[in-house]
Amino acid sequence: MRGMTPIVQCISRLMAPSIFLLGVYVVLHGHLTPGGGFAGGVLIAGAFVLLVLAFGSDEWRSRALNWNATVFESLGLFFFWFLAVMGLIEGVPFFVNVIAKANPGHPYRLFSAGIIPLCNAAIGMEVAAGLFFVFMCLAILKMGEKP
Amino acid sequence: MILYTLAIVLFLVGLYGVLVKRNIFKIIIGLAVIEYAVNLLFALIGYRYGGAAPIRTQGMPQDTLFVDPIPQALVLTAIVIGLATTALIAAVAVRIYEKYDTYDVRKIRKLRG
Amino acid sequence: MLTILVPLLVLMILGAVIALESKDLLSGIISLGIIGFALTIIFLLLQAPDLAIVQIIVETLTLVILIAAILKTTREDTTETFGFKKILLWGIGLIAIAAFLLVTVNIFKHLPPFGSPVLRMAQPYIDLGLPMTGAANLVAAIILDFRGYDTLGEATVLFTAVAGTVAVLRSVGRKRA
Repeated sequence: MRGMTPIVQCISRLMAPSIFLLGVYVVLHGHLTPGGGFAGGVLIAGAFVLLVLAFGSDEWRSRALNWNATVFESLGLFFFWFLAVMGLIEGVPFFVNVIAKANPGHPYRLFSAGIIPLCNAAIGMEVAAGLFFVFMCLAILKMGEKP
Repeated sequence: MILYTLAIVLFLVGLYGVLVKRNIFKIIIGLAVIEYAVNLLFALIGYRYGGAAPIRTQGMPQDTLFVDPIPQALVLTAIVIGLATTALIAAVAVRIYEKYDTYDVRKIRKLRG
Repeated sequence: MLTILVPLLVLMILGAVIALESKDLLSGIISLGIIGFALTIIFLLLQAPDLAIVQIIVETLTLVILIAAILKTTREDTTETFGFKKILLWGIGLIAIAAFLLVTVNIFKHLPPFGSPVLRMAQPYIDLGLPMTGAANLVAAIILDFRGYDTLGEATVLFTAVAGTVAVLRSVGRKRA
C-alpha cells in the first residue's frame, strides 16, 4: 500500500511516540486507573499502525520485522504463564498472588498489588504484537499471488 | 425493561443479517452487530442506580455504593476477542474472493476444478 | 438516565439497519462505526470507564482492518435480486425473528428491573478487593487475581486467532514435489 503526503508523514512522526507513551502509561497503571493490559496493548498497536499507514508498507516489508513481532507475542504469553506457575515453586496452589502475600506494599502507589502490574505488562506485550502482526499481513498481501 | 427489549432487537437485526443476506461481507457485518448487542446487554444488567465506577480512590468511605464489577470484567476480554475473530473471518473472506472472484454465497458452493 | 439511553439505542438500531441494507460495502462498514461509538457513550453513562477505553480503540482498529480487506477486493454488493424467492425468504426470516423476540422478552421479564442489583456475589468482591490484593481498580483485581485463570485462557484464544489469521494470509510459496 502507498504512503501519504509529506504533511501526514511529518505529523505522524511527531504523534506516534506520544501514542506509544500513552499506551505504556495505561498498561503500567492498570491497577490504579481504568485501563489495564488489553486497552494499553491495543493503543501500542495503534501507534505502529499509524506509522505503517502514513509511510506505506514498502519500507516495512522486511522479514526481520515480522520475526520480531512473533518473538514479542510468544514472549508475552510465556511470561504470563510463568507468572502463574511461579507459586508452584514455593508450594502454594496455581496462580496465587505470591508477591502480594510476601511483601504487601502501600495501596494507591505504583509499586503495589503484587503480581498485577507484571501480568498487565505481559498481556499488553502480547496483544500489541499480535494485532500489529495481523494488520501487517493484511497490508502486504498481494492479490493474485498463489499462496 | 424497555432497554432490555431494545438490546434484544439489536441482536435480532444482526441475526437477520447473518441468516438472510447473501454477501459474505454482509454476514461479517451481521456478526459484528451481534457482538455489540451481547456486550451491551451484559453492561446493562450490571448497573445500579446511584452507583459509582468500580475504582477506589483515596479518601473514599469504606461503604460507598458501586456498580457491579463482575459483568464489566466479563465484557472486557470479550471485546478484544471479538476483534481477533473479526480479523480472522475477514482474512478468510479475502482469500475466498481471490479464488472465486465473487462474494456471492450461492456461487461459491459450486466446486471448481 | 432512561431519557438519554433510549435515543442512543434507537440510533444504534438505525445504524445497524443501514449497515446491512446499503448497496455500497464501504458505507456499510462506516455505519458499523456509528454503532461502536454510540456504544462507547453508553458505556460511559453506565459508569464503566474500562469498557469505554477498550471499546473506542477496538472499534477504530476493526474499521481499519475491515476497510483494508475491502479495498483489496471489491466495493460493491451485486448479489441482491428481486423475485418471488426473495420475498418468501424474507417472510420466513421475519416470522422466525418475531417468534424469537416473543420468547426472549417473556424470559427477560423475570429479571429484576433495570437499576437494581442482580448478582449477590458482587458484594464480597467489592469488600475484599483492596485488602486482599492491594489493587485500587476492582475490575483489574477481578480479572487478574480472583479469576486469573480465565484471563490465561483468553490470552491463549487471542494467540490462536492471530496464528490462524497469519496462516491464512501467508504468501510464502510451497515447494511442489
